[in-house]
Amino acid sequence: MTTNLSLLRGSVSICGVGTAGFGVAGDLDSIDLAALAASRAIADSGLKTKDVDGLFTASAYHFMPALSLSEYLGINPRVADGTMIGGSSFVGYILSAMMALATRQCDVALIAYGSNQRSGKRPALTEASPFEAEYRPRNPITPFALAASRHMHEFGTTREQLAAVAVAARRWAALNPDAFQRDPLAISDVLSSKMISDPLSVRDCCLITDGAGALVLKRTDERERSTRNKPVHVLGAGLDLAHRYIAGMTDMTRTGAARSGHRAYEMAGVTAADIDVVELYDAFTISTLMFLEDLGFCKKGEGGPFVAAGHIDPGGLLPVNTNGGGLSCCHPGMYGIFTLIEAVVQLRGQAGARQVDGAELALSHGNGGAFLSQASVVLGTSSTL
Amino acid sequence: MKENPVEVGPQGMFKKFLRDVGKLHLQCCDACDLFFFPPRVLCPHCGGSEVKWCRVSGDGTVYASTTVRSSGSGEPDHNVAVIELDEGPRIMSTVQGASSADPLIGSRVSADISREGGNFLLVFSKHLI
Repeated sequence: MTTNLSLLRGSVSICGVGTAGFGVAGDLDSIDLAALAASRAIADSGLKTKDVDGLFTASAYHFMPALSLSEYLGINPRVADGTMIGGSSFVGYILSAMMALATRQCDVALIAYGSNQRSGKRPALTEASPFEAEYRPRNPITPFALAASRHMHEFGTTREQLAAVAVAARRWAALNPDAFQRDPLAISDVLSSKMISDPLSVRDCCLITDGAGALVLKRTDERERSTRNKPVHVLGAGLDLAHRYIAGMTDMTRTGAARSGHRAYEMAGVTAADIDVVELYDAFTISTLMFLEDLGFCKKGEGGPFVAAGHIDPGGLLPVNTNGGGLSCCHPGMYGIFTLIEAVVQLRGQAGARQVDGAELALSHGNGGAFLSQASVVLGTSSTL
Repeated sequence: MKENPVEVGPQGMFKKFLRDVGKLHLQCCDACDLFFFPPRVLCPHCGGSEVKWCRVSGDGTVYASTTVRSSGSGEPDHNVAVIELDEGPRIMSTVQGASSADPLIGSRVSADISREGGNFLLVFSKHLI
Protein backbone atom coordinates (compact mmCIF):
# COMPACT_ATOMS: atom_id res chain seq x y z
CA MET A 1 0.00 0.00 0.00
CA THR A 2 1.40 3.33 -0.99
CA THR A 3 1.54 6.21 1.45
CA ASN A 4 2.31 8.74 -1.24
CA LEU A 5 0.22 11.86 -0.54
CA SER A 6 0.58 12.84 -4.20
CA LEU A 7 -2.42 10.58 -4.79
CA LEU A 8 -4.50 13.24 -3.03
CA ARG A 9 -3.08 16.13 -5.09
CA GLY A 10 -6.02 18.32 -6.10
CA SER A 11 -8.56 15.94 -4.54
CA VAL A 12 -10.00 18.65 -2.27
CA SER A 13 -10.79 22.29 -2.93
CA ILE A 14 -11.37 25.39 -0.90
CA CYS A 15 -14.84 26.51 -1.94
CA GLY A 16 -15.54 29.20 0.63
CA VAL A 17 -13.65 31.80 2.64
CA GLY A 18 -14.80 34.41 5.14
CA THR A 19 -13.38 36.91 7.61
CA ALA A 20 -14.86 38.98 10.43
CA GLY A 21 -13.92 41.65 12.94
CA PHE A 22 -10.73 42.77 11.22
CA GLY A 23 -8.86 45.29 13.34
CA VAL A 24 -11.07 46.27 16.26
CA ALA A 25 -14.16 44.14 16.85
CA GLY A 26 -15.57 45.89 19.90
CA ASP A 27 -17.53 43.73 22.32
CA LEU A 28 -17.65 40.57 20.23
CA ASP A 29 -15.99 37.58 21.88
CA SER A 30 -13.47 35.32 20.12
CA ILE A 31 -16.10 32.69 19.49
CA ASP A 32 -18.59 35.23 18.13
CA LEU A 33 -15.93 36.29 15.65
CA ALA A 34 -15.06 32.70 14.67
CA ALA A 35 -18.75 31.94 14.11
CA LEU A 36 -19.27 35.08 12.02
CA ALA A 37 -16.29 34.24 9.80
CA ALA A 38 -17.54 30.65 9.57
CA SER A 39 -21.03 31.72 8.50
CA ARG A 40 -19.56 33.98 5.81
CA ALA A 41 -17.26 31.22 4.52
CA ILE A 42 -20.20 28.80 4.42
CA ALA A 43 -22.35 31.34 2.56
CA ASP A 44 -19.44 31.96 0.17
CA SER A 45 -19.32 28.22 -0.58
CA GLY A 46 -23.04 28.06 -1.38
CA LEU A 47 -23.58 25.54 1.43
CA LYS A 48 -25.57 25.66 4.68
CA THR A 49 -24.19 25.52 8.21
CA LYS A 50 -25.97 22.18 8.78
CA ASP A 51 -23.95 20.71 5.88
CA VAL A 52 -20.74 21.04 7.92
CA ASP A 53 -19.77 17.64 9.29
CA GLY A 54 -16.04 18.19 9.85
CA LEU A 55 -14.74 20.91 12.16
CA PHE A 56 -11.13 22.04 12.51
CA THR A 57 -10.41 24.79 15.02
CA ALA A 58 -8.01 25.96 17.73
CA SER A 59 -8.08 28.86 20.15
CA ALA A 60 -5.92 30.58 22.75
CA TYR A 61 -8.98 31.08 24.96
CA HIS A 62 -11.08 27.93 24.69
CA PHE A 63 -9.93 24.71 26.33
CA MET A 64 -12.10 22.56 24.03
CA PRO A 65 -12.50 24.81 21.00
CA ALA A 66 -14.04 22.25 18.63
CA LEU A 67 -16.79 21.58 21.16
CA SER A 68 -17.34 25.27 21.91
CA LEU A 69 -17.66 26.15 18.25
CA SER A 70 -19.77 23.17 17.21
CA GLU A 71 -22.25 23.92 20.00
CA TYR A 72 -22.27 27.60 19.02
CA LEU A 73 -22.93 26.79 15.36
CA GLY A 74 -25.52 24.13 16.22
CA ILE A 75 -23.76 21.33 14.38
CA ASN A 76 -22.75 17.77 15.30
CA PRO A 77 -19.50 17.08 13.44
CA ARG A 78 -18.50 13.46 12.89
CA VAL A 79 -14.84 14.39 12.58
CA ALA A 80 -12.91 17.13 14.38
CA ASP A 81 -9.34 18.30 14.81
CA GLY A 82 -8.46 20.73 17.58
CA THR A 83 -4.72 20.05 17.53
CA MET A 84 -3.02 23.08 19.03
CA ILE A 85 0.43 23.68 17.56
CA GLY A 86 0.18 27.47 17.59
CA GLY A 87 -0.51 29.72 14.64
CA SER A 88 0.38 27.02 12.11
CA SER A 89 -2.54 24.89 13.33
CA PHE A 90 -4.93 26.22 10.69
CA VAL A 91 -2.60 25.62 7.75
CA GLY A 92 -1.93 22.20 9.28
CA TYR A 93 -5.69 21.48 9.33
CA ILE A 94 -5.60 21.48 5.51
CA LEU A 95 -3.67 18.22 5.81
CA SER A 96 -6.08 16.65 8.31
CA ALA A 97 -9.18 18.01 6.50
CA MET A 98 -7.86 16.67 3.20
CA MET A 99 -7.36 13.21 4.68
CA ALA A 100 -10.79 13.29 6.37
CA LEU A 101 -12.49 14.32 3.12
CA ALA A 102 -10.55 11.83 1.02
CA THR A 103 -11.51 8.94 3.32
CA ARG A 104 -15.12 10.20 3.49
CA GLN A 105 -15.00 10.77 7.23
CA CYS A 106 -16.72 14.03 6.36
CA ASP A 107 -18.19 15.73 3.31
CA VAL A 108 -17.85 19.40 4.26
CA ALA A 109 -14.86 20.54 6.30
CA LEU A 110 -14.86 23.88 8.10
CA ILE A 111 -11.62 25.44 9.34
CA ALA A 112 -12.30 28.43 11.61
CA TYR A 113 -10.52 30.77 13.97
CA GLY A 114 -11.39 33.96 15.80
CA SER A 115 -9.78 36.16 18.44
CA ASN A 116 -10.58 39.41 20.19
CA GLN A 117 -7.00 39.70 21.43
CA ARG A 118 -6.91 43.48 20.97
CA SER A 119 -10.25 44.33 22.56
CA GLY A 120 -10.55 41.47 25.06
CA LYS A 121 -7.06 41.60 26.58
CA ARG A 122 -7.57 38.13 28.07
CA PRO A 123 -4.50 36.07 28.90
CA ALA A 124 -3.91 33.20 26.47
CA LEU A 125 -4.04 29.59 27.64
CA THR A 126 -0.33 28.80 27.62
CA GLU A 127 2.38 27.65 29.98
CA ALA A 128 5.83 29.18 30.34
CA SER A 129 8.83 26.87 30.49
CA PRO A 130 9.88 26.39 34.12
CA PHE A 131 13.47 26.64 32.86
CA GLU A 132 12.96 29.92 31.00
CA ALA A 133 10.38 31.97 32.92
CA GLU A 134 12.82 33.08 35.62
CA TYR A 135 14.97 34.87 33.03
CA ARG A 136 11.97 37.04 32.13
CA PRO A 137 11.99 36.70 28.35
CA ARG A 138 9.39 39.00 26.82
CA ASN A 139 7.33 36.40 25.02
CA PRO A 140 6.78 35.95 22.18
CA ILE A 141 9.27 38.62 21.07
CA THR A 142 12.42 37.49 22.91
CA PRO A 143 12.66 34.02 21.29
CA PHE A 144 12.45 35.59 17.82
CA ALA A 145 15.00 38.22 18.87
CA LEU A 146 17.36 35.41 19.91
CA ALA A 147 16.96 33.78 16.49
CA ALA A 148 17.52 37.15 14.81
CA SER A 149 20.69 37.69 16.86
CA ARG A 150 22.02 34.35 15.67
CA HIS A 151 21.09 35.05 12.03
CA MET A 152 22.93 38.38 12.21
CA HIS A 153 25.94 36.68 13.77
CA GLU A 154 26.16 33.88 11.21
CA PHE A 155 25.22 35.72 8.03
CA GLY A 156 25.83 39.41 8.68
CA THR A 157 22.11 40.19 8.44
CA THR A 158 21.43 43.81 9.44
CA ARG A 159 18.62 45.70 11.16
CA GLU A 160 18.12 47.63 7.89
CA GLN A 161 17.49 44.35 6.06
CA LEU A 162 14.97 43.26 8.70
CA ALA A 163 13.31 46.67 8.41
CA ALA A 164 12.92 46.12 4.64
CA VAL A 165 10.47 43.29 5.47
CA ALA A 166 8.28 45.64 7.53
CA VAL A 167 8.42 48.30 4.82
CA ALA A 168 7.43 45.82 2.07
CA ALA A 169 4.50 44.59 4.18
CA ARG A 170 3.33 48.17 4.68
CA ARG A 171 3.55 48.90 0.95
CA TRP A 172 1.30 45.90 0.26
CA ALA A 173 -1.06 46.97 3.07
CA ALA A 174 -1.40 50.38 1.41
CA LEU A 175 -3.06 48.50 -1.50
CA ASN A 176 -5.45 46.63 0.82
CA PRO A 177 -8.42 48.63 2.13
CA ASP A 178 -8.98 46.01 4.88
CA ALA A 179 -5.45 46.32 6.31
CA PHE A 180 -5.16 47.73 9.83
CA GLN A 181 -1.97 49.80 9.31
CA ARG A 182 -1.68 51.56 5.95
CA ASP A 183 0.31 54.72 6.74
CA PRO A 184 3.64 55.05 4.92
CA LEU A 185 6.55 53.42 6.74
CA ALA A 186 10.24 54.04 5.98
CA ILE A 187 13.31 52.01 6.92
CA SER A 188 14.33 54.87 9.22
CA ASP A 189 10.94 54.70 10.99
CA VAL A 190 11.54 51.03 11.80
CA LEU A 191 15.10 51.66 12.97
CA SER A 192 14.11 54.56 15.23
CA SER A 193 11.03 52.91 16.75
CA LYS A 194 11.12 51.70 20.33
CA MET A 195 13.44 48.73 20.89
CA ILE A 196 11.64 45.82 22.58
CA SER A 197 14.12 42.95 22.59
CA ASP A 198 17.28 43.59 20.56
CA PRO A 199 17.45 43.54 17.57
CA LEU A 200 13.64 43.70 17.25
CA SER A 201 11.92 47.05 17.61
CA VAL A 202 8.19 47.57 17.85
CA ARG A 203 7.98 47.94 14.04
CA ASP A 204 9.69 44.56 13.61
CA CYS A 205 6.74 43.05 15.49
CA CYS A 206 3.31 42.07 14.23
CA LEU A 207 0.16 44.00 15.05
CA ILE A 208 -2.17 43.13 17.89
CA THR A 209 -5.67 43.16 16.42
CA ASP A 210 -8.99 41.36 16.64
CA GLY A 211 -10.12 39.24 13.73
CA ALA A 212 -11.41 35.93 12.47
CA GLY A 213 -11.12 33.77 9.39
CA ALA A 214 -12.71 30.59 8.06
CA LEU A 215 -12.48 28.23 5.10
CA VAL A 216 -14.79 25.55 3.72
CA LEU A 217 -13.39 22.54 1.88
CA LYS A 218 -15.03 19.81 -0.19
CA ARG A 219 -13.90 17.01 -2.42
CA THR A 220 -13.09 18.60 -5.77
CA ASP A 221 -15.46 16.37 -7.74
CA GLU A 222 -18.40 17.30 -5.47
CA ARG A 223 -17.97 21.03 -5.42
CA GLU A 224 -21.24 22.93 -5.14
CA ARG A 225 -22.46 24.51 -8.34
CA SER A 226 -24.31 27.19 -6.39
CA THR A 227 -21.15 29.25 -6.02
CA ARG A 228 -19.62 31.24 -8.82
CA ASN A 229 -16.24 31.36 -7.10
CA LYS A 230 -13.35 29.81 -8.95
CA PRO A 231 -12.30 26.68 -7.06
CA VAL A 232 -8.92 26.71 -5.36
CA HIS A 233 -7.36 23.26 -5.19
CA VAL A 234 -5.14 21.83 -2.49
CA LEU A 235 -2.12 20.54 -4.40
CA GLY A 236 0.27 19.90 -1.54
CA ALA A 237 0.44 20.02 2.24
CA GLY A 238 3.23 19.40 4.75
CA LEU A 239 3.70 19.71 8.49
CA ASP A 240 6.70 19.76 10.81
CA LEU A 241 6.92 19.85 14.61
CA ALA A 242 10.33 20.83 15.93
CA HIS A 243 10.56 21.93 19.59
CA ARG A 244 8.47 23.53 22.36
CA TYR A 245 10.76 26.28 23.66
CA ILE A 246 13.33 28.31 21.75
CA ALA A 247 16.42 26.88 23.54
CA GLY A 248 15.41 23.50 22.09
CA MET A 249 15.73 24.74 18.49
CA THR A 250 18.50 22.66 16.92
CA ASP A 251 19.80 25.45 14.66
CA MET A 252 18.31 28.85 15.43
CA THR A 253 18.82 30.03 11.85
CA ARG A 254 16.99 27.10 10.22
CA THR A 255 13.31 26.38 10.78
CA GLY A 256 11.20 23.30 10.13
CA ALA A 257 9.76 25.20 7.15
CA ALA A 258 12.48 23.54 5.07
CA ARG A 259 10.85 20.19 5.90
CA SER A 260 7.17 21.20 5.80
CA GLY A 261 7.82 23.10 2.56
CA HIS A 262 9.62 20.15 0.98
CA ARG A 263 6.71 17.86 1.88
CA ALA A 264 4.17 20.25 0.38
CA TYR A 265 6.20 20.86 -2.79
CA GLU A 266 6.79 17.12 -3.22
CA MET A 267 3.09 16.30 -2.95
CA ALA A 268 2.24 19.12 -5.36
CA GLY A 269 5.05 18.24 -7.78
CA VAL A 270 6.30 21.83 -7.85
CA THR A 271 9.31 23.80 -6.64
CA ALA A 272 9.67 27.25 -5.10
CA ALA A 273 10.49 28.61 -8.56
CA ASP A 274 6.97 27.70 -9.77
CA ILE A 275 5.14 29.67 -7.06
CA ASP A 276 3.44 32.91 -8.18
CA VAL A 277 2.42 34.33 -4.82
CA VAL A 278 3.68 33.63 -1.29
CA GLU A 279 1.74 34.14 1.94
CA LEU A 280 3.95 33.62 5.02
CA TYR A 281 3.25 33.93 8.72
CA ASP A 282 5.24 37.08 9.53
CA ALA A 283 4.94 37.43 13.30
CA PHE A 284 8.24 39.30 13.17
CA THR A 285 10.45 40.63 10.37
CA ILE A 286 12.97 37.83 11.01
CA SER A 287 10.18 35.29 10.33
CA THR A 288 9.68 36.39 6.72
CA LEU A 289 13.40 36.46 6.12
CA MET A 290 14.05 32.96 7.46
CA PHE A 291 10.98 31.43 5.78
CA LEU A 292 12.02 32.85 2.39
CA GLU A 293 15.32 31.01 2.87
CA ASP A 294 13.89 27.79 4.28
CA LEU A 295 11.11 27.56 1.67
CA GLY A 296 13.65 27.87 -1.14
CA PHE A 297 13.05 31.39 -2.47
CA CYS A 298 16.66 32.35 -1.77
CA LYS A 299 19.72 30.62 -0.34
CA LYS A 300 20.27 30.23 3.40
CA GLY A 301 21.82 33.41 4.73
CA GLU A 302 20.81 35.49 1.71
CA GLY A 303 17.37 36.51 2.98
CA GLY A 304 18.69 39.91 4.11
CA PRO A 305 20.07 41.04 0.73
CA PHE A 306 17.02 39.46 -0.99
CA VAL A 307 14.48 41.58 0.87
CA ALA A 308 16.70 44.70 0.89
CA ALA A 309 16.78 44.54 -2.94
CA GLY A 310 13.01 45.13 -2.95
CA HIS A 311 12.18 41.66 -4.30
CA ILE A 312 9.16 41.24 -1.98
CA ASP A 313 7.76 44.75 -2.46
CA PRO A 314 4.72 45.35 -4.69
CA GLY A 315 6.11 45.12 -8.23
CA GLY A 316 9.11 43.08 -7.06
CA LEU A 317 10.22 39.64 -8.27
CA LEU A 318 8.24 37.71 -5.68
CA PRO A 319 4.89 38.89 -4.30
CA VAL A 320 5.01 38.11 -0.55
CA ASN A 321 2.26 38.81 2.01
CA THR A 322 0.13 40.68 -0.46
CA ASN A 323 -2.50 41.64 2.15
CA GLY A 324 0.12 43.36 4.33
CA GLY A 325 0.70 40.27 6.51
CA GLY A 326 0.69 40.07 10.27
CA LEU A 327 2.98 43.10 10.30
CA SER A 328 0.47 45.48 8.68
CA CYS A 329 -2.84 43.77 7.81
CA CYS A 330 -4.02 41.96 10.94
CA HIS A 331 -2.71 39.71 13.69
CA PRO A 332 -5.38 38.44 16.04
CA GLY A 333 -3.25 36.20 18.26
CA MET A 334 -2.62 33.61 15.58
CA TYR A 335 -2.32 34.69 11.94
CA GLY A 336 -1.91 31.37 10.10
CA ILE A 337 -5.44 31.09 8.66
CA PHE A 338 -5.07 34.46 6.92
CA THR A 339 -2.18 33.14 4.80
CA LEU A 340 -4.67 30.64 3.33
CA ILE A 341 -7.45 33.19 2.89
CA GLU A 342 -5.22 35.70 1.09
CA ALA A 343 -3.85 32.94 -1.14
CA VAL A 344 -7.42 31.98 -2.09
CA VAL A 345 -8.37 35.61 -2.77
CA GLN A 346 -5.31 35.95 -5.03
CA LEU A 347 -5.97 32.71 -6.92
CA ARG A 348 -9.61 33.69 -7.46
CA GLY A 349 -8.43 37.02 -8.87
CA GLN A 350 -10.41 38.98 -6.26
CA ALA A 351 -7.55 40.97 -4.69
CA GLY A 352 -8.30 44.35 -6.27
CA ALA A 353 -5.40 46.81 -6.32
CA ARG A 354 -3.06 44.23 -4.83
CA GLN A 355 -3.95 41.45 -7.32
CA VAL A 356 -0.93 39.56 -8.62
CA ASP A 357 -1.42 39.18 -12.37
CA GLY A 358 -1.65 35.60 -13.56
CA ALA A 359 -1.49 34.06 -10.08
CA GLU A 360 -2.00 30.31 -10.59
CA LEU A 361 0.11 28.75 -7.82
CA ALA A 362 0.28 30.04 -4.26
CA LEU A 363 2.19 28.97 -1.18
CA SER A 364 0.60 29.44 2.22
CA HIS A 365 2.91 28.98 5.18
CA GLY A 366 1.95 28.93 8.85
CA ASN A 367 4.28 29.17 11.84
CA GLY A 368 3.53 28.14 15.40
CA GLY A 369 5.10 29.95 18.37
CA ALA A 370 8.84 30.54 18.37
CA PHE A 371 9.50 28.54 15.16
CA LEU A 372 8.03 25.54 17.03
CA SER A 373 5.83 24.13 14.29
CA GLN A 374 5.53 24.77 10.57
CA ALA A 375 2.81 24.00 8.06
CA SER A 376 3.00 24.60 4.32
CA VAL A 377 0.27 24.32 1.70
CA VAL A 378 0.49 24.66 -2.07
CA LEU A 379 -2.76 25.90 -3.62
CA GLY A 380 -3.58 26.19 -7.31
CA THR A 381 -6.23 27.24 -9.79
CA SER A 382 -7.97 24.68 -12.03
CA SER A 383 -5.26 25.17 -14.69
CA THR A 384 -2.72 23.61 -12.29
CA LEU A 385 -4.61 20.32 -11.79
CA MET B 1 2.78 -2.59 38.49
CA LYS B 2 2.73 -0.62 41.72
CA GLU B 3 5.56 1.88 42.03
CA ASN B 4 6.88 3.96 44.89
CA PRO B 5 6.05 7.66 44.61
CA VAL B 6 8.99 9.71 43.34
CA GLU B 7 10.31 12.06 46.00
CA VAL B 8 12.01 14.58 43.71
CA GLY B 9 11.28 14.58 39.97
CA PRO B 10 13.69 15.65 37.23
CA GLN B 11 12.71 19.34 37.39
CA GLY B 12 13.12 19.38 41.17
CA MET B 13 16.47 17.61 41.00
CA PHE B 14 17.93 20.30 38.75
CA LYS B 15 17.06 22.99 41.30
CA LYS B 16 18.11 20.77 44.21
CA PHE B 17 21.65 20.48 42.84
CA LEU B 18 21.88 24.26 42.44
CA ARG B 19 20.60 24.76 45.99
CA ASP B 20 22.29 21.93 47.92
CA VAL B 21 25.54 21.40 45.97
CA GLY B 22 25.91 24.85 44.45
CA LYS B 23 26.98 23.45 41.07
CA LEU B 24 25.33 22.92 37.69
CA HIS B 25 24.36 19.30 37.09
CA LEU B 26 22.92 17.85 33.90
CA GLN B 27 21.45 14.48 33.06
CA CYS B 28 23.48 12.08 30.97
CA CYS B 29 22.22 8.90 29.32
CA ASP B 30 23.78 5.61 30.41
CA ALA B 31 23.11 4.00 27.05
CA CYS B 32 24.35 6.67 24.61
CA ASP B 33 26.52 8.82 26.91
CA LEU B 34 24.95 12.04 25.64
CA PHE B 35 23.90 14.95 27.85
CA PHE B 36 20.52 16.62 27.55
CA PHE B 37 18.42 19.48 28.91
CA PRO B 38 15.69 20.22 30.10
CA PRO B 39 15.59 17.38 32.66
CA ARG B 40 13.49 14.34 31.73
CA VAL B 41 12.75 10.78 32.77
CA LEU B 42 14.24 9.49 29.51
CA CYS B 43 16.94 10.33 27.01
CA PRO B 44 15.69 12.34 23.99
CA HIS B 45 18.64 11.12 21.90
CA CYS B 46 18.04 7.36 22.16
CA GLY B 47 14.94 6.90 24.35
CA GLY B 48 16.96 5.19 27.07
CA SER B 49 15.46 5.40 30.54
CA GLU B 50 18.68 4.88 32.52
CA VAL B 51 19.72 8.48 33.05
CA LYS B 52 22.10 9.81 35.69
CA TRP B 53 22.88 13.25 37.06
CA CYS B 54 26.45 14.45 36.46
CA ARG B 55 28.26 17.52 37.66
CA VAL B 56 29.37 19.43 34.55
CA SER B 57 32.01 22.08 33.91
CA GLY B 58 29.56 24.98 33.75
CA ASP B 59 31.59 26.35 30.85
CA GLY B 60 29.93 27.30 27.62
CA THR B 61 29.65 29.69 24.69
CA VAL B 62 26.97 32.28 24.07
CA TYR B 63 24.87 30.99 21.15
CA ALA B 64 22.25 33.77 20.95
CA SER B 65 21.61 36.91 22.96
CA THR B 66 19.11 39.74 23.37
CA THR B 67 18.55 42.68 25.68
CA VAL B 68 14.99 42.80 26.93
CA ARG B 69 14.29 46.51 27.22
CA SER B 70 12.55 48.01 30.18
CA SER B 71 8.83 48.23 29.63
CA GLY B 72 8.76 51.49 31.58
CA SER B 73 7.93 50.10 35.01
CA GLY B 74 11.30 51.22 36.35
CA GLU B 75 12.76 47.77 35.91
CA PRO B 76 16.16 47.98 34.16
CA ASP B 77 16.98 46.35 30.80
CA HIS B 78 18.17 42.79 31.19
CA ASN B 79 20.04 40.22 29.12
CA VAL B 80 18.52 36.93 28.00
CA ALA B 81 20.89 34.51 26.29
CA VAL B 82 21.01 30.96 25.05
CA ILE B 83 24.22 29.29 26.21
CA GLU B 84 25.68 26.26 24.47
CA LEU B 85 27.27 24.26 27.26
CA ASP B 86 30.54 22.46 26.53
CA GLU B 87 28.76 19.15 27.22
CA GLY B 88 26.34 19.87 24.35
CA PRO B 89 22.95 21.03 25.60
CA ARG B 90 21.73 24.60 25.17
CA ILE B 91 20.07 26.43 28.01
CA MET B 92 18.32 29.78 28.38
CA SER B 93 19.95 32.00 30.98
CA THR B 94 21.35 35.49 31.43
CA VAL B 95 24.87 36.87 31.11
CA GLN B 96 25.53 39.04 34.13
CA GLY B 97 26.63 42.61 33.55
CA ALA B 98 26.07 42.41 29.78
CA SER B 99 24.88 45.54 27.99
CA SER B 100 23.05 45.76 24.66
CA ALA B 101 26.24 47.19 23.10
CA ASP B 102 28.30 44.06 23.92
CA PRO B 103 28.77 41.62 21.04
CA LEU B 104 28.14 38.60 23.23
CA ILE B 105 27.62 35.77 20.73
CA GLY B 106 30.66 33.49 20.68
CA SER B 107 31.88 34.71 24.08
CA ARG B 108 33.07 32.09 26.55
CA VAL B 109 31.04 32.07 29.76
CA SER B 110 30.95 30.20 33.07
CA ALA B 111 28.03 29.18 35.25
CA ASP B 112 27.35 30.92 38.50
CA ILE B 113 24.44 30.78 40.93
CA SER B 114 22.52 33.89 41.83
CA ARG B 115 20.88 33.72 45.26
CA GLU B 116 18.31 36.46 45.14
CA GLY B 117 15.40 36.30 47.56
CA GLY B 118 16.06 32.70 48.57
CA ASN B 119 15.89 31.52 44.94
CA PHE B 120 18.85 29.73 43.39
CA LEU B 121 19.08 30.84 39.77
CA LEU B 122 21.63 29.61 37.24
CA VAL B 123 23.34 32.60 35.60
CA PHE B 124 26.49 33.03 33.50
CA SER B 125 29.46 35.40 33.56
CA LYS B 126 31.84 36.25 30.74
CA HIS B 127 35.35 34.82 31.08
CA LEU B 128 37.90 37.43 31.92
CA ILE B 129 40.59 37.39 29.25
